[in-house]
Amino acid sequence: MTDNKDKLTQERNVSWRVELRNSVPAKDRTAIPRVKMTEVEPQDRIKSQTCEVNCGLSSEQAVIEARRCMDCVNPTCIEGCPVSINIPKFVKQIEAQKFLDAAATLKEYSALPAVCGRVCPQEKQCELRCFYLEKMKKEPVAIGYLERFAADYERQSGKIQIPKVAAGNGIKVAAIGSGPSSLSFAGDMIKLGYEVTVFEALHEIGGVLKYGIPEFRLPNSVVDVELENLRGMGVNFEKNFVVGRTASFEDLKELGYKAFFVGSGAGLPNFMNIPGENLNGVMSSNEYLTRVNLMYANQSDSDTPVMLGKRVAVIGGGNTAMDAVRTSKRLGAERSIIIYRRSLEEMPARLEEIKHAQEEGIEFMNLASPIEYKPDANGRVAKARLQRMQLGEPDASGRRRPVPIDGDIVELDVDLVIVAIGVSPNPLIPACLPGLKMTRYGTIEVNEETMQSSVPEIFAGGDIVRGGATVILAMGDGRRAAACMHRYLQEKYVK
Amino acid sequence: MNKIIEKYNLSENVAKFIIEAPMIAKSRKPGNFVILRVGEKGERMPLTIVDSDIEKGTITLIVQNVGVSSGKLCKLEAGDFITDLVGPLGKATHIHKAGTILALGGGVGIAPLYPIVKAFKQAGNRVFTVLAARSKDLIILENEMREWSDEVVVMTDDGSSGRKGLVTEGAEEFIKREKIDECVAIGPAIMMKFCALTTKKYDIPTQVSLNTIMVDGTGMCGACRVTVNGETKFTCIDGPEFNAHQIDFDELLQRLRAYKTEEDQAKSKK
Repeated sequence: MTDNKDKLTQERNVSWRVELRNSVPAKDRTAIPRVKMTEVEPQDRIKSQTCEVNCGLSSEQAVIEARRCMDCVNPTCIEGCPVSINIPKFVKQIEAQKFLDAAATLKEYSALPAVCGRVCPQEKQCELRCFYLEKMKKEPVAIGYLERFAADYERQSGKIQIPKVAAGNGIKVAAIGSGPSSLSFAGDMIKLGYEVTVFEALHEIGGVLKYGIPEFRLPNSVVDVELENLRGMGVNFEKNFVVGRTASFEDLKELGYKAFFVGSGAGLPNFMNIPGENLNGVMSSNEYLTRVNLMYANQSDSDTPVMLGKRVAVIGGGNTAMDAVRTSKRLGAERSIIIYRRSLEEMPARLEEIKHAQEEGIEFMNLASPIEYKPDANGRVAKARLQRMQLGEPDASGRRRPVPIDGDIVELDVDLVIVAIGVSPNPLIPACLPGLKMTRYGTIEVNEETMQSSVPEIFAGGDIVRGGATVILAMGDGRRAAACMHRYLQEKYVK
Repeated sequence: MNKIIEKYNLSENVAKFIIEAPMIAKSRKPGNFVILRVGEKGERMPLTIVDSDIEKGTITLIVQNVGVSSGKLCKLEAGDFITDLVGPLGKATHIHKAGTILALGGGVGIAPLYPIVKAFKQAGNRVFTVLAARSKDLIILENEMREWSDEVVVMTDDGSSGRKGLVTEGAEEFIKREKIDECVAIGPAIMMKFCALTTKKYDIPTQVSLNTIMVDGTGMCGACRVTVNGETKFTCIDGPEFNAHQIDFDELLQRLRAYKTEEDQAKSKK
């Protein structure tokens, strides 16, 4: 840790940064208001599933926003970042208009900067720890916007830099699943000189970044560029491959793989087990979003169908619920309604997603929870019976617990219900590894510091360990797993 | 990309493909299925593996042209490539020595039944098989089934092959004549429903293999939900085989029609 602190201090004391710091008085920096992200108008953006809502910053906006950053002696923002990006360094590079350098800095720490700049909950991480917020009660530096700016600038410049990788050490490792944790793991391991193969069960690489997060929030083309980057560094991708089924772990060991990172995700949607939940027209958010995002079911030349609804109810209050409800609006729903059992205050979705949803005319029916669905004459869902709730005492999560109001039940006309109440760990991998220790929630048990499982050569991270979290926490797991697997393999095979 | 090595048209609307897939050929077990996709905008389509040849590194699939996606697959010829193919998926059939097995196959469901019949026979069971379809040209794999069955009865709705009548009639004849220890039935959902009702009367443990709507086939989407013994199960990871006497077939039949409107529109468009 001290090593890292020393490195940060050294980098902070290079002459260009000292000069830059001294070039603008602190009070001038703090007088600059936080930049406002330009957004496509709600009435325009709801016409298209692929129209990105946030437009990004211009170079001028980015430089001014970067100028707000005080380049603190003790940059607490870094502590808020699950992958410990040297935030002041890349922000100051933007202020100095060295945009490509800023992008290179980001890529030292993160395999997916253009993705993180779009989907990270910065308000709960780096920006929450910003000097402006902590010490001055002012709006924090827009670190997320700046991250996105640098990554987008590099991509659009056509001068994409492939990060340096160490000379190959000939040791083969595998990542299972190709979502954010695996990609982050793969990026770090390839830099350390390993031969890395990422195995993906679907026909597309990217995991939740492709099948889950809609294009209006994260364009597939942005993900593809980050994947190209990893390919450029030498990462090998195998799609249509279910590790444990297509080939067993033993088969892969015979092929020379020395260690595995399991990042297979929480790919099992939860349902509420209430009457009528298996009616046609009731589906998981995973199914709905996969049909649209991965299979392009909303496009006329796609062979995959998707049910369209006029009155769409989405059950849940997380980011996935927001993604699903906003997608339904874009696919032509007249009413798109969030049904959430607590109040807006407890909603787990990012503030930005809730704000965007509200602007787009999404209705919020809070303090309500479905207890039954009823069909029409054709067996398709027609009504949702909802139990009204009130908030009681706080529960284990610290949020106030929803308590049913006796007898207060309402009926809502619906023709599509999307259940977005969370996911459970995918059982496919654990089922293939009888020796692997699991928790009672079905997640893989790991040492939290090393991400190593009960089987020494198997590491794990992301939702298969956490049971449902964020892109950036998954990426943090991938990084830690890579560092620890590196130590493990060096001790076992090199020394 | 997986290469089609050989293709045979078993009837006007049913095609058999031998496809290069060495790893799946090696790892698959009877009852497993694959998901494949034809074309970059193609749909993910589950198909049970009929057979495999480990030495040649191939698997056998049989598909009936019933819609846009199966139609696209049926148009492919030897030498063409399947865009995406993944597997083996689903739980394998529990093959064991049970004594006497009654195997009931309806229409293209005869294809997924074949590896199970073969495996039960190889495990030392007596196997009695009923093959049923609307008419003669929809009866497939008859010779192969005869090879691995002690006796085969063919039933057609129109009497154009074997005897005229339903699969359940053929089944009951065997049940009355032999002591059946277990039954396995695969075919259209409605056929499996009536097979289940028949074997239930005689208290014969019965497995069926469901071909529900699926997207990913790995547990991710839940489109394949089915109620078994009052509990919701996912066909892709909990199945595809279930205890026939515990399945809510009426719900299953309803769910199979979920995309009927969209499918009809797509068929009329293409």
